[in-house]
Amino acid sequence: MAVSRLASSSSSSGSSLVKPISAALSFTSSLRRSLSSSADDSTTLTIETSLPFTSHNCDPPSRAVETSPKELMSFFREMALMRRMEIAADSLYKAKLIRGFCHLYDGQEAVAVGMEAAITKKDCIITAYRDHCTFLGRGGTLLEVFAELMGRQAGCSKGKGGSMHFYKKENGFYGGHGIVGAQIPLGCGLAFAQKYSKDETVTFASYGDGAANQGQLFEALNMAALWDLPAILVCENNHYGMGTAEWRAAKSPAYYKRGDYVPGLKVDGMDVLAVKQACKFAKEYALKNGPLILEMDTYRYHGHSMSDPGSTYRTRDEISGVRQERDPVERVRKLLTSHDIASEKELKDIEKEIRKAVDEAIAQAKESPMPEPSELFTNVYVKGYGVESFGADRKEVRARLP
Amino acid sequence: MATLLQGLGVASAFSASPSLDSKKLQLRSLSGRKAGIYVVRSDASLNLHTGAPKAGRLITNAVVAKGDSSAASTSSKPGHELLLFEALREGLEEEMERDPTVCVMGEDVGHYGGSYKVTKDLANKFGDLRVLDTPIAENSFTGMGIGAAMTGLRTVVEGMNMGFLLLAFDQISNNCGMLHYTSGGQFKIPIVIRGPGGVGRQLGAEHSQRLESYFQSIPGIQMVACSTPYNAKGLMKAAIRSKNPVILFEHVLLYNLKERIPDEEYVLSLEESEMVRPGEHVTILTYSRMRYHVMHAAKTLVNKGYDPEVIDIRSLKPFDLHTIGNSIKKTHRVLIVEECMRTGGIGASLTAAINENFHDYLDAPVVCLSSQDVPTPYAGPLEEWTVVQPAQIVTAVEKLCQ
Repeated sequence: MAVSRLASSSSSSGSSLVKPISAALSFTSSLRRSLSSSADDSTTLTIETSLPFTSHNCDPPSRAVETSPKELMSFFREMALMRRMEIAADSLYKAKLIRGFCHLYDGQEAVAVGMEAAITKKDCIITAYRDHCTFLGRGGTLLEVFAELMGRQAGCSKGKGGSMHFYKKENGFYGGHGIVGAQIPLGCGLAFAQKYSKDETVTFASYGDGAANQGQLFEALNMAALWDLPAILVCENNHYGMGTAEWRAAKSPAYYKRGDYVPGLKVDGMDVLAVKQACKFAKEYALKNGPLILEMDTYRYHGHSMSDPGSTYRTRDEISGVRQERDPVERVRKLLTSHDIASEKELKDIEKEIRKAVDEAIAQAKESPMPEPSELFTNVYVKGYGVESFGADRKEVRARLP
Repeated sequence: MATLLQGLGVASAFSASPSLDSKKLQLRSLSGRKAGIYVVRSDASLNLHTGAPKAGRLITNAVVAKGDSSAASTSSKPGHELLLFEALREGLEEEMERDPTVCVMGEDVGHYGGSYKVTKDLANKFGDLRVLDTPIAENSFTGMGIGAAMTGLRTVVEGMNMGFLLLAFDQISNNCGMLHYTSGGQFKIPIVIRGPGGVGRQLGAEHSQRLESYFQSIPGIQMVACSTPYNAKGLMKAAIRSKNPVILFEHVLLYNLKERIPDEEYVLSLEESEMVRPGEHVTILTYSRMRYHVMHAAKTLVNKGYDPEVIDIRSLKPFDLHTIGNSIKKTHRVLIVEECMRTGGIGASLTAAINENFHDYLDAPVVCLSSQDVPTPYAGPLEEWTVVQPAQIVTAVEKLCQ
């Protein structure tokens, strides 16, 4: 099929600005044609974000986001993959293959995907424990995710980290941290190193609305602002700090304003295009002027972790309401269908593919072996000193450190 | 020349890894006290298991005479005299010149020159970014140091007093110590955390803390304590060059010690202890300021006819059980003199380690003299009674050697 008909996707009254569908607008185009799902990349679409940006101490970026069909397709694919992965992790946890803590990110995928679209792998991302999808966005594979979750050798941290400790150094993903708020000073340290080596890259340090009340956030923000570090602090505000709603924990839930002298931007975190625009803006800003706070207004469908049902502090109506009205994957799906970039069937096929890929990855991960006993003692130090270490009975596990 | 005979670590050239239960430990006895300094090459690459030792090899002979590894007495080279804090500064300066990724951060290290003048004039020389004055936010600037170290910068974090680092304990324990392990080896944290600690001259309880005990259980870090200008410079350089996170404990009262140190560049090994005074009757293990109390007591002991062997253990984590073991096998009696707390202190761990490994060689139980388990009082006489005094050491040796 000729691909140039995409120009006609601006079939809406000639203007290239198309209001995205936030409510269920059925957009029937009389020019619907069946196209191959690999949409082309040459055309640019300009789509307006669902909500305007609210800013604090700076000029907000424009609502009109430039994107392309290929990019939109990739958004859909990645977000659907992340969604599927998290749901699979849910079932694995209930099957007791994943133990301990498992914090799921479904509902918040737009933040991870939108951020990736705006930056390169040389920029750094550091986040807290809800890191499975961010890891995937940074180039992690499904096998690494599932193997690490199940504690196998094929995991990204060789099975020794677990759900809260995903890292991928070569792609600039610095984890994966269990202590709330502790990653923010680390993130400012990454930004410091970037400024030190002058490589024109930025760091995105993500934290939640719960962590926004930590003192170290303000300490780190002060230092970042003092030295103009290229750090962007991203508050992923899903409105609940574990079981406590934000209005019960924070006197001022306007997290983007809390920087005071540091400018802030409030973004609709369920709209991947808005996130992309904000992150692009933030990167340019931070390279010139120093830190910036982005507040992503987002939502998580699961509870805080797998041990939290998620319904004792919020109503099921609320959860299903958000899922109906603001779901990030659905939004992109509607964009794709309304712009004739892909048909419903194609998208369903993609989802089927994704399901298969996830199942295969899980099967592969299940086959990966548990770490060797000697791995208990490796990687404690980088350079070891030859001391012998052994288990309690002095027989079974004997290793030289490292 | 200091009144202390400075023999170097008796952990002499062993080629086998120091397995603790083996009879194949080579006993090197420095029989008699020879004037002059022995330079004994100690192979830092103890563990032949990993392939890495050659790459990370430390130069451990004390006097690097352009690749010449034979013993060289420093009496042929005059050296220069300086105070301990100047030795630290020299070491730091040399490392900063040598490696552009070394940077310092701490309170008042830059323009003020460091509260103990360790970083005096370094900001003028290297610039404000490399010698960074931080606000008073220990938790976050330690976190920043760790984050910067994750990318490869070699940060030296100065705590104005080790007691203040309690605020950064979360970052030190969770991030500094653990990231190498939980990331499966992806991140190295080549950070040095240093600062003065210990009981000073009536500084009050909160500024006279003996905190080595708190940090010693953290897996993944190394701890060293310096006691003379010679080992201060060597340990500082070794710590900066080390790929592991190192905590370097200095002592408030030792900063003005004067000594003559070699002109040539030298790096000491982080895991070795120092033979201060070889002897036959009893092994006295000590570190930091207590070394001087012990040597003071040693004079009295010698007059009374005892021959104590004094070892400055220097490396608090891991213990240099090789040297210590050799010494115990010779003398069969151990006295530990330290300034750390009695409960759960370094001495307590050392006692346990000695009993575990060298029980057969002991003729008497290990005696451990530590400081009292009290907050350091302000009043002079009370403060004196908090730490171990030479008279108590003499009494303990007499009792031990009955």
